[in-house]
Amino acid sequence: MLILFQQLLNALALGGAYSLVALGLTLVYGVMKIPNFAHGSLYMVGAYVTWALLTDFGVPYFLALGLAAVALGLLAMLLERLVFYPLRGSPGVSPMIAAIGVLFFLEACVQLIWGPDFKLLNSPVTGIITFAGLSLTGQRLLMIVASVLVMLALFYFLKRTTTGATIEAMAQNREGARLVGIPVGRVASLTFFISGALAAVAAALYAPTSLVSPSMGEIMNLKVFAIIVLGGMGSVPGAIVGAFLLAFAEIFGGVFVGANFADVVGFAVLVIVLAIRPQGLFGRTA
Amino acid sequence: MLAFENLGIRFGGNQAVQNVTGSIQPGIITAIIGPNGAGKSTFFNLLSGFYQPTSGRVTFGGQDITGLPTHQVVALGVARTFQTTTIYKELSVLDNALLGHRVRTRSGLWDALLLTGRERRERRASQEAALAALRRVGLEGQAHLPAGSLTQEAQKRVSIAIALATGPQVLLLDEPAAGINPEETVNLTRTIRELAASGLTVVLIEHKMSMIMTLADHIMVLHHGEKIAEGSPAQVSRDPRVVEAYLGGHAAPHVQQEFKIDLAEEAARLEGSHE
Amino acid sequence: MSLAPTPARSLPTGWPWLLVLVLAAVVPIFVHNNYLFDVAINVMIFAIAAYGMNVMLGYAGLLPLAHAGFFGIGAYTVGILTLKLGWSFWLAWPLAIVLCAALGLLLGLVAFRTRDDVFAIFTLGVGVIITESINKWDRLTGGNDGLNGIAAPKLGSLDFGKAASFFYLALVALALTVFLVARVRASLFGKSLIAIRGGEDLARSAGINVYTHKLRVMMLSTALAGFAGGLYAVYIGFLGAAITGPSTTFTILLYLLVGGVGTLAGPLLGTLIIRVLQQFIQGLQDYQYVVLGPLLVLLVLFFPAGLAGLWTRLRANRPPALREASDAGV
Repeated sequence: MLILFQQLLNALALGGAYSLVALGLTLVYGVMKIPNFAHGSLYMVGAYVTWALLTDFGVPYFLALGLAAVALGLLAMLLERLVFYPLRGSPGVSPMIAAIGVLFFLEACVQLIWGPDFKLLNSPVTGIITFAGLSLTGQRLLMIVASVLVMLALFYFLKRTTTGATIEAMAQNREGARLVGIPVGRVASLTFFISGALAAVAAALYAPTSLVSPSMGEIMNLKVFAIIVLGGMGSVPGAIVGAFLLAFAEIFGGVFVGANFADVVGFAVLVIVLAIRPQGLFGRTA
Repeated sequence: MLAFENLGIRFGGNQAVQNVTGSIQPGIITAIIGPNGAGKSTFFNLLSGFYQPTSGRVTFGGQDITGLPTHQVVALGVARTFQTTTIYKELSVLDNALLGHRVRTRSGLWDALLLTGRERRERRASQEAALAALRRVGLEGQAHLPAGSLTQEAQKRVSIAIALATGPQVLLLDEPAAGINPEETVNLTRTIRELAASGLTVVLIEHKMSMIMTLADHIMVLHHGEKIAEGSPAQVSRDPRVVEAYLGGHAAPHVQQEFKIDLAEEAARLEGSHE
Repeated sequence: MSLAPTPARSLPTGWPWLLVLVLAAVVPIFVHNNYLFDVAINVMIFAIAAYGMNVMLGYAGLLPLAHAGFFGIGAYTVGILTLKLGWSFWLAWPLAIVLCAALGLLLGLVAFRTRDDVFAIFTLGVGVIITESINKWDRLTGGNDGLNGIAAPKLGSLDFGKAASFFYLALVALALTVFLVARVRASLFGKSLIAIRGGEDLARSAGINVYTHKLRVMMLSTALAGFAGGLYAVYIGFLGAAITGPSTTFTILLYLLVGGVGTLAGPLLGTLIIRVLQQFIQGLQDYQYVVLGPLLVLLVLFFPAGLAGLWTRLRANRPPALREASDAGV
């Protein structure tokens, strides 16, 4: 029983990190209708930037986290301008394929700069909190708290500010948004900025509990796509529910099926859900 | 022959079409009119199997076709065109028409790989059917041109040819004259009348009142997704509910204007001819 | 009516292929360079896989991101059957193809409930499941250690262990692939696929059963992937899970884009060019994508039709008189 509660806390931490990455992806899809296959690589670059800031420049952890968020936000904006904006009129598969090119390019660049080996990101928050027999590392606690805070901030931004409302409006109806005079181009840039920044924050939070490697982006990519497909492409609440669902499936799947197949469990969930509900859990039909 | 009972569809909270009952009489031209957003295209999508109705049923020749997938509805003999000119612009005119005949052929992957007798036979048959369809819309001379290189009106004819090549008994035309000039409209009107004269049942949605009044044998009026009137052009143009629907502020000013003039002219002409 | 049916196109498009085939068949008589054989064989194997992707992406407009997974299933089926059960390659290969087609059908039954981008993501997920399963199923696939020592096939006194003989085996397989794909392209079935790519709604209203067409092209696509995979297994003699993963799918996609999606020459042309290019940037190894990644993006941005498409466009831009003259000439 205790083990289950322990795993529950782990799943919450993992789900928090997944949500942040998935939220960026789902926002970009909602606003631009682009499945950004390069999103996972933004996450990966975010982890490396954080690592470099911490080890090479000795920047304090929270500052590094903020700087990485800004840097990746700008990188994502640049991608939008250079690749996705020019492709906005072309057939559906073109932006997907271009994004795949970006994914491999960023991964190769990181390998070229930092090498293909695993890097260890030391957790800045040390200590273990023990309560009623349950133990939680400081970093996991930070992951849970920080991801909840970031999500609340994002919700506040989307629901309570004018700029956020325009993003929502565009996600609902792109043509309509153009007609009522929303600057579609600027909103697209902003959305990409947010998606890059969220990915970097997730990376800075999650990387200390695992390892940093060039291939971490690909794996995360597949997972967050599974998440937003599960939750319904473009749906914000769907991304969060999907993220926690995947985290729970992986952690508990790992317990019951064996850790070896933990990664497969997530995709099995995806395949099963889609087989029953092709539009995802929260997706709208047609 | 094509009949519908209490037909309705709801998108989320929006009842786009509701409780439409009636039938399409064979061999004549029926027009469906109504102000913008009256649910005309949605109604077509229900008849052709594109949308699944949330209530009511559709029958064709006595057979229940409610909920049948589109390709099966087409196979039974109900073909349609789209409001915006939808054709394969990069394919030749002939290949466009050829695709319409696909529903009458059975060759699949194996026939393709082995180039079976059936494949050869059906290719010839498709070719003939496609040419016949092009002849009916007057495009046989342009068969080998890329469809996208034709004029807007000719592209409309290509889309009709695709529908004709399926071998339909009923042809549903969604705004065939949208986006083409008055002279071309007259030519297209003539073609549609010829199709009807050849025994085809034609149903069309149209905004151009002049075209409807000269073409339609029977008119059905939709407003807010409901059928509000039905009858001959003369009856409909004098129906107060129809006038109200059009002039009630839901239609764009120019449509209102055009409709008012058409109504007046039509009423005068029909009155005159009755005396 | 003097209305001729479609101008006879089969002859003019057929003869360059025959020329290439004859040249390819003759060259090994004069050239005995094992390195060149190796490059050529690899090109031909991956070109077959690229043709498999092309029937989906180029003809039906669907992006199948589990493609390398099926390549892997074909390869591992041949590897396991010949290595562990002692089957003849000539039995194992057809079985691998049938298995891939059957699994492709199964995947399609579920995957075609989704459309467009969700379909791509869905198949990507399936691709990962295939790779992970191959990687983790130690007892069957050898897991991380892979399958070692898959023997080259023999046919009577013919030993395909020699590069020169294997070259001919691959050449026959590739020629058969191109021939069959060309037939599909020209068929009523193939035209219906093009219609589906051009617009599903219109295809549906023209009476085409979109679902069954997609299922059948999926089977063709995965069968071709398995065809290529089986050949790969006996050529390389060693199998690891990595070759079955998404990065292989993306590499095949790159070949296709360079050559020209939806064209008959594209898959072969693209595979040839990128594989040869890779020989030159071999020093970069894992960093190849520093070059290839931007190349993929630039292609999509500026040459979405690829090399074969560029060729068609150049031909189309010539004055009509000239075009007619040359078409009549060949």
